[in-house]
Amino acid sequence: MRKLALNDDILMTVEKPARYIGGEVNSVMKSKDVAIRFAMCFPDVYEIGMSHLGIQILYDMFNSMEDVWCERVYSPWLDLDAIMRQEKIPLFALESQDPIKDFDFLGITIQYEMCYTNILQVLDLAQIPLLAWERGEDMPIVIGGGPCTYNPEPIADFFDMFYIGEGETQYEALIALYKQCKIENAGRKEFLRRAAKLPGIYVPQFYEVTYNEDGTIAAFTPTEEGIPATIQKEIVMDVSNTYYPMKPVVPYIKVTQDRVVMEIQRGCIRGCRFCQAGQLYRPVRERDVEVLKKYALEMLKNTGHEEISLSSLSSSDYSQLPELIDFLIEECSKKHINISLPSLRIDAFSLDVMSKVQDVRKSSLTFAPEAGSQRLRDVINKGLTEEVILKGSELAFKGGWTRVKLYFMLGLPTETEEDIKGIAELSNKIAATFFDTVPKEERKNGKVQIVTSTSFFIPKPFTPFQWARQCTKEEFLDKAYQTKKAITEQLNQKSIKYNWHEADASVLEGVLARGDRRLSKVLLKVYEKGCFYDAWSEYFHNDRWLEAFEECGLTIDFYNTRERSLDEIFPWDFIDCGVTKEFLKREWLKALKEETSPNCKKQCQGCGASRFGGGICFEPREEATDEGTN
Amino acid sequence: MKVRIKFKKYGPIRFIGHLDVMRFFQKAMRRAEIDIAYTTGFSPHQIMSFAAPLGVGLESNGEYMDIECHSVTGSQDMMNRLNRVSAPGIEVISVKALPEHAGNAMASVAAAGYTIRFREGRAPEFDYITKLPEFLAKEHIMVTKETKTGVKEVDIRPGIYEMYILFQSNKPTAQDCAVTSGCTATPSIYMLVDASSAGNLKPGKVIEAFLAANGEELKENALLITREDVYTNVGTEQSPKLVPLDEIGSDIPETPDFPSQMSVSDASKV
Repeated sequence: MRKLALNDDILMTVEKPARYIGGEVNSVMKSKDVAIRFAMCFPDVYEIGMSHLGIQILYDMFNSMEDVWCERVYSPWLDLDAIMRQEKIPLFALESQDPIKDFDFLGITIQYEMCYTNILQVLDLAQIPLLAWERGEDMPIVIGGGPCTYNPEPIADFFDMFYIGEGETQYEALIALYKQCKIENAGRKEFLRRAAKLPGIYVPQFYEVTYNEDGTIAAFTPTEEGIPATIQKEIVMDVSNTYYPMKPVVPYIKVTQDRVVMEIQRGCIRGCRFCQAGQLYRPVRERDVEVLKKYALEMLKNTGHEEISLSSLSSSDYSQLPELIDFLIEECSKKHINISLPSLRIDAFSLDVMSKVQDVRKSSLTFAPEAGSQRLRDVINKGLTEEVILKGSELAFKGGWTRVKLYFMLGLPTETEEDIKGIAELSNKIAATFFDTVPKEERKNGKVQIVTSTSFFIPKPFTPFQWARQCTKEEFLDKAYQTKKAITEQLNQKSIKYNWHEADASVLEGVLARGDRRLSKVLLKVYEKGCFYDAWSEYFHNDRWLEAFEECGLTIDFYNTRERSLDEIFPWDFIDCGVTKEFLKREWLKALKEETSPNCKKQCQGCGASRFGGGICFEPREEATDEGTN
Repeated sequence: MKVRIKFKKYGPIRFIGHLDVMRFFQKAMRRAEIDIAYTTGFSPHQIMSFAAPLGVGLESNGEYMDIECHSVTGSQDMMNRLNRVSAPGIEVISVKALPEHAGNAMASVAAAGYTIRFREGRAPEFDYITKLPEFLAKEHIMVTKETKTGVKEVDIRPGIYEMYILFQSNKPTAQDCAVTSGCTATPSIYMLVDASSAGNLKPGKVIEAFLAANGEELKENALLITREDVYTNVGTEQSPKLVPLDEIGSDIPETPDFPSQMSVSDASKV
């Protein structure tokens, strides 16, 4: 039996001790003598971290390497956090229960900005110095990856290196280099120097940033000869023939994704101008349908999960979707396994499929028009029209659905009061469609339920809106108020429920998304004030953040509400994500002119991603009718 | 066919709660390709019921659940399949077919046996070995019990069927309790207590009462508890005869030619 890092007294005190004991089905045990010990971290609580597909893929990849043992570590919840600090228990990996500080690598996947303080929590509990340059030879190499590392600058001080792009390609080379450096006794700094020359690897300490008087960046330059000035993202072109975990770890406790998750494709053809993922993961690459069928059966068998979910940015755009779904429906009904189909465009096909795989009475339909008017939907290039939404709703109401969820954003570039009113009006029209479609005697429960939710728009790097100004907290709240007011003025207002996000966290998320290296100081300060788990609204302390900015002499306005000129050097400009800045600029200017761009399947927009030599860029264009995404 | 499965739970997995153990077995049934029956309706679930929930932190050598199967292969084969897909610390130790009329696992529980050890430094100050007979000689042992309607006094003495000191091994033997002096082994306590739905007695509660009777309080997290087995009454109420739950069932003969579906390749790399 494995010896646990925490004693029984602690485990009997904390909430959900299963978060810390490891030993789950399909977790990998190896000998402690393996050459390389790699700790893979998701800096949030176990149930969130265990639901992340990327870690499962990398866990499988690393453990397929004979001389590497990859283990998992998550943020201890606040109850255990306090005990570990008090009793000076070093943070440990779940599998071996060994301290992280004794590992060769600590890899941290960074999925959202509001987890940045949890990175500091993890380092701190692990007893690893928070600042990269304070780490000694015996400390693990701390490496960051994931979508947020497309602008790694706000957290640059805390990482020895970042891996930019998809994880499947460069780790083998990085591990080989590490082993070579060990043999040569080259030392930490020399390893980092050599790693910085590997494709996709960014080592912040070999770059220097100078600023203009107005606070914008004057230059971003390598400090040594041979260190590359730009870092191109890593990408897997053959997604049917790469790592995929056939034996995902099965948690004991219920986690957010308590199911088999099958990624059917990477990338998205749509090009919505607010969406970062839609740009970062270009070009679209589909997995072979026969491979997916085999994966599905094998993963279900190896996990025993009762549900399988298809994952992608827009499942309806997967070319072999009908064949895949027919196969899954047939196989899964035999085995009492549920199928979950997120991100489907609502049309006759998807409604037919959904009626087969879920209980119509209990499920709801989801549309994401994102903006209330056609004008603003053109600005954001969301190819979803009111006609399509109302037609989809009508079909759905005829099919027995009575619940509709609508997602919008407030604060999009060029937004006016009319656009905001449009949110209420569209919600109202959907309710009206229900009453027009379903005769009184057939209305179960009497009515329709529309849930309209708004989030606040946050401009992200590598999107056409990276130049846009972000609203202030006051502007956000005013817009939410206007939306609420407009909804109460609708005829069917009793059928519409309105939810909106809190504004404070959106403001800070904006700062961290487009921030620069100087923000590391703020993060350090705010962590010292006791902030972490900022992604959990109940533990988010806005006042402490505002204090930290003030103490560091930085302002939120500089990062959020300032207009950025077209020739400004952005902190993330040294990263080449495949999509060119020229393309993004073209899209930004088109947006301001309310012009739309066709999707990748219809017509190439010359974004730059074709240089990767594969995917959608090299497939024949279609004359398909565009029904929009949801 | 109704099938009764007995399993052990030990090691780190003792920190997994009862509901999660149920979830574990639901998934294990699918991994092991046991031909388990499902309820009908839009969200069918496996027909599975557990005898007696085990508290978080307790180990057990005798946990039970009943499942309904469309077809079975054989006791040994089903046990092997389940153990092959299990996690360290959950081990199936018997699979038996139940007679058609057998009551479900939960309803038939009458008693449970526990071994209790004191954690280092948390044993009572008084000589609990010699004091135990005195405790058991009482006609009534009153303890307060918190219920939904308030606090009430209950007599736990009738629910304590057996209680004695264990000196040598984990298994209770008659010899162990006869020896009261000169033993240097860490003395554990064994108890067989009421575990029926009406009168379920928690072992910790009994130890607490034992200590209280000797003017001591039980220290925080002082006990290491192992459930040894769960019993049903095959006698009458007046003259009970307690047998472990799996003695109700019978072995399922092995059917080697059963079309096994275990051939799905393990090769996970493409």
